[in-house]
Order: sequence, then structure tokens, then C-alpha cells
Amino acid sequence: MCSLTNSAEKEDMKIFLAASILERFKKAVIVQDRWKMYLEGLGNTIAIAVVAAIIGTIIGVCLAMVNYLNKKTGKLSILSKIANFYITIVRGTPVVLQLMILYFIVFVSWDNGMMIGAITFGINSGAYVAEIARAGFESVDDGQMEAGRSLGLSTWQTMWHIVIPQAVKNCLPPLFNEFITLVKETAIVGYVGIMDLGKIPGLIQSRTFDYLFPLLIAAVLYLAVVLVLTRILHIIEKKLSKGERRNGGALNE
Amino acid sequence: MNNQKPLIEVKGLQKSFGNLDVLRDISTAIYPGEKVVVLGPSGSGKSTFLRCLNCLEDPTGGEIIFEDVNIADPSVNINVHRQKMGMVFQQFNLFNNKTVLENITLAPYTIYSKQAVKDGKTKKQFKQECIDNAMVLLRRIGLEEKANVYPSTLSGGQKQRIAIVRALAMNPKVMLFDEPTSALDPEMVGEVLDLIKELADEGMTMVIVTHEMGFAREVGTRVLFMDEGVIAEEGAPAEVFDNPKNPRTAQFFKAVL
Ligand SMILES: Nc1ncnc2c1ncn2[C@@H]1O[C@H](COP(=O)(O)OP(=O)(O)OP(=O)(O)O)[C@@H](O)[C@H]1O
Ligand SMILES: [Mg+2]
Repeated sequence: MCSLTNSAEKEDMKIFLAASILERFKKAVIVQDRWKMYLEGLGNTIAIAVVAAIIGTIIGVCLAMVNYLNKKTGKLSILSKIANFYITIVRGTPVVLQLMILYFIVFVSWDNGMMIGAITFGINSGAYVAEIARAGFESVDDGQMEAGRSLGLSTWQTMWHIVIPQAVKNCLPPLFNEFITLVKETAIVGYVGIMDLGKIPGLIQSRTFDYLFPLLIAAVLYLAVVLVLTRILHIIEKKLSKGERRNGGALNE
Repeated sequence: MNNQKPLIEVKGLQKSFGNLDVLRDISTAIYPGEKVVVLGPSGSGKSTFLRCLNCLEDPTGGEIIFEDVNIADPSVNINVHRQKMGMVFQQFNLFNNKTVLENITLAPYTIYSKQAVKDGKTKKQFKQECIDNAMVLLRRIGLEEKANVYPSTLSGGQKQRIAIVRALAMNPKVMLFDEPTSALDPEMVGEVLDLIKELADEGMTMVIVTHEMGFAREVGTRVLFMDEGVIAEEGAPAEVFDNPKNPRTAQFFKAVL
């Protein structure tokens, strides 16, 4: 008898738990169409990462190019010093502080938080892309620049048409990896109230007083995006190495 | 020949890398139509000499007078003068990210399109002109079917012949060759030398660094023998090959012939 009531109680308990879990899930996702918030957050996260990656790539390639040209021609020593100063400062300080400096001081009268977040991460990423791009530039054969110059093209024309495209192609995988990192790292823009995916769980919790599902869902969404991007990275790597094998084959002909 | 004006006049050319004096006071003149062959042991400064002629290496002393301009002067816009001096490298140096056709059209199009627009052509018309001209050059070397492939798919001999016509597309007054066949498999040397011979027969002025002695003798109108950064001996090929006056030259030929 005793055990009978016990198991009945257990059943009740299970139903109660299931109902409560379902309730919590509903509150986190369905009530007031909250699922839309995650998607909106995800959209914002990707938008910030894309803009930051573009800005970061441009800055990083420019920094690496200045150092590359300075090394090859010895003519850009001041610019090169400035570039290295930039890299030192940006790498040597926490990105959260950089975000706050841009948000609360530099762009204090600009109300486009998303853009400020993207610019912050672009500036930050640029210092890291500079290192990636440096390797890219160094992998371009010196003969490419010499051939361009010997035809009468200027240094800049040769850089633009020949060296930069090859340098960027050579470091496409690490560049794309930097983009994947940005998708995750930009989660801190929530600090200054930007509605990215990382900010959404807190927002929903403030209404439902329940963190469980909001955090779980955000994590799963981040993971899904990262897995998809990693898949794309592998495809890029495969394509590039195929091209290389073809090159090698032709050399042995 | 000597009552003509030289195309390139080299006066007291010096080049050092740090403490290493690679070229020490070189003076010579290259006249229109000449085929000057530069010979000498490894490390004697042949490549450096050639690369100073179009200032790919900045001379540390002396003058390079090309068409009445001292192009060794750093204040000169060297790009304008280099357009008239073609250069061919040992390692071909075709642009890896460009197709064969683009390799040939890039410089003429990039450099002259502004002027063409000023002359009343559209960019598209001028581009087509560059392409047509490139196709003529490719047909000449029998590689028109390679126009749209990338260099990585070509053999060494094909690459070097394309590198040569890429330089020709700028209508240079002089061609500089730095060991154009040294990186080639033996069976491909002939096709490249034949093309260079053809150009020579058409009257192109050339300066050629080479280790191909037979070719040097056949095509060269003058030999410069370099040793330790100076021109140790110069003269007509038959003279220098058969009756070298400098013991270093004699020693060199004994070793290579
Ligand atoms: N960029 C450079 N920096 C330092 N030293 C150099 C540089 N280029 C050439 N040298 C040196 O200058 C000397 C002459 O080199 P150069 O390439 O002109 O010789 P070369 O006659 O062409 O030899 P090879 O027949 O081997 O091609 C060599 O001792 C070489 O090490
Ligand atoms: Mg050499």
C-alpha cells in the first residue's frame, strides 16, 4: 500500500514537473511571440559580425600592407610606426573598455548602437587581422612585385592588381576563422544595451524570472551558426588546397 | 655603330648591399640594335647589373642614361621609363592571380587607359584593343588557346614565352633577360631561345645574362665578361670566346666550355 501511494505520488510529481517545464518553455519562447526576439538578436549578432569583419579586414590588410611595403622599400617608416602603435594599443587593452570608450565617449551623441558595436569590433579585429594578413603578404613571391614594377606599373598598381588579391586569397581560412570568432565575441555588445543574441536571455529573464530556456536557446543558436560557418570554412580550405595541388602538379610536368 | 647615340649609357655605376660592393664602377653603353651578352661566374654581379639598368635595384652610385634621362636619379618617375624596358626573369614571374590574357593586358591597359580616354576612345574600346594586341602576340607563339587559363597550368617553357610577350606588349625599346632558360627543363630551353632569337633578328635591342654559350656566341653582338663587380673584358663574341685577353675570362671559358 505504502509503495502504491508512493509511485502514484511519483507519477503526479512527474506530470507536475513536465507541466512546469512546458510552462517555462512556453514562457521563454511562445508567450508574446518571444521567439521573434531570439531571431532578431541573432540577426543583429550576424549583422554586427559581418560589418565588423569587413571593417577589420580593411584595417588589418592596410596595416599589414604598410609594414610589408616598409620592409620592401624602406619608404613608409613613419606610417609603419603608427601601424605598430595601433596594433599594440588595440591588442593591449580589453575590448570591453574599447567598446565603452567608443560608446560613451567618442560616439556619445550617436544613437546607432549597432553601428558603434560593429565599428568597435572592426577596430579591434583589425589589429588581429594585421597579423593574419602579414603572413598572407609574406607568402606572395617577391617576383610578383618585381614583374609588375618592371612593366612600368607603380608600386600601388602592382599591390592592388597583383599582391593584395594573392595575399588575401592565401590567408582566407584564418580570415574566415576570425569572422567566426567575431560572431561569438560580439556578445559583449550587450554591455551597452545593444540587442544582440547574447543580450536576449537577460531581457526575457527580466520578464519571466527564468533563465533556463533563454540561455539554452541562445547557446544552441550560437552553436548552430558557428557549426554552419565552420562547415563553410572547411569547404573554402578544401577548394584552396585543391588549387594548390593543381599548381604543384603542373610544376612537376 | 659608334656614331649612333647609345640607347642606354652606364656611367660609373656602383651598387652595394650594406658593406658588400657588388658593382664597382661599371661604365658601358648599349646601342640600338645591339645584343649584349653578359657572362661571368656566379656572384660576379650580372643580375645586379641587369637589375640596375631598369632600377629594379637602386644604384648606389653613378648614372644610367636612358633616352637622355638619368633614371638613377631618385627624383625621376621611374615607372614612365621602365615601360620602355622589358624584363624577363629566370623564374618567369607570371602573375598567379591573372589568366594568361590578363597577364599580357594588365600593364598596357592599366598604364595607357587614361590617355586612351583622353584621345576619345571608350575604356571598353581600349580594353578590346589591348586584348586584340595580346591575342596577336599569343598567336605568334602558338599559345592562343591558353589565353584564358591560369599560369599554374602551364609548362615552364610556355610560361617563359608568355612572360616574354607580356614584356613585348609594352612595345619596349630594349629587352633585359636574366638567365631566361636557367629554370627550364632541358627540353624546353629550345623553344624559349628560338623566340629570343626571333626577336633579335627583328632588331630588338637586348641585354642577356645567360649560361647558354652557344646561344651567346650565335646571337650576341658583344660580350661583357663580368668578374667581381667590374667588366673584366668586353668585345665581339668571337674575340672574347676564342682569344680572351684577361686570364680570368680564359679560366671561366675553360671551365664552362
Ligand atoms: N638583395 C641583395 N642583398 C644582399 N646581397 C645581394 C643581394 N642581391 C645580390 N646580392 C649579392 O651580390 C652578389 C652578386 O649577385 P648577383 O645576383 O648579381 O650575381 P650573379 O652574377 O647574377 O650570379 P648568378 O650567376 O649566381 O646569378 C652576390 O654576392 C649576392 O650574394
Ligand atoms: Mg644572377
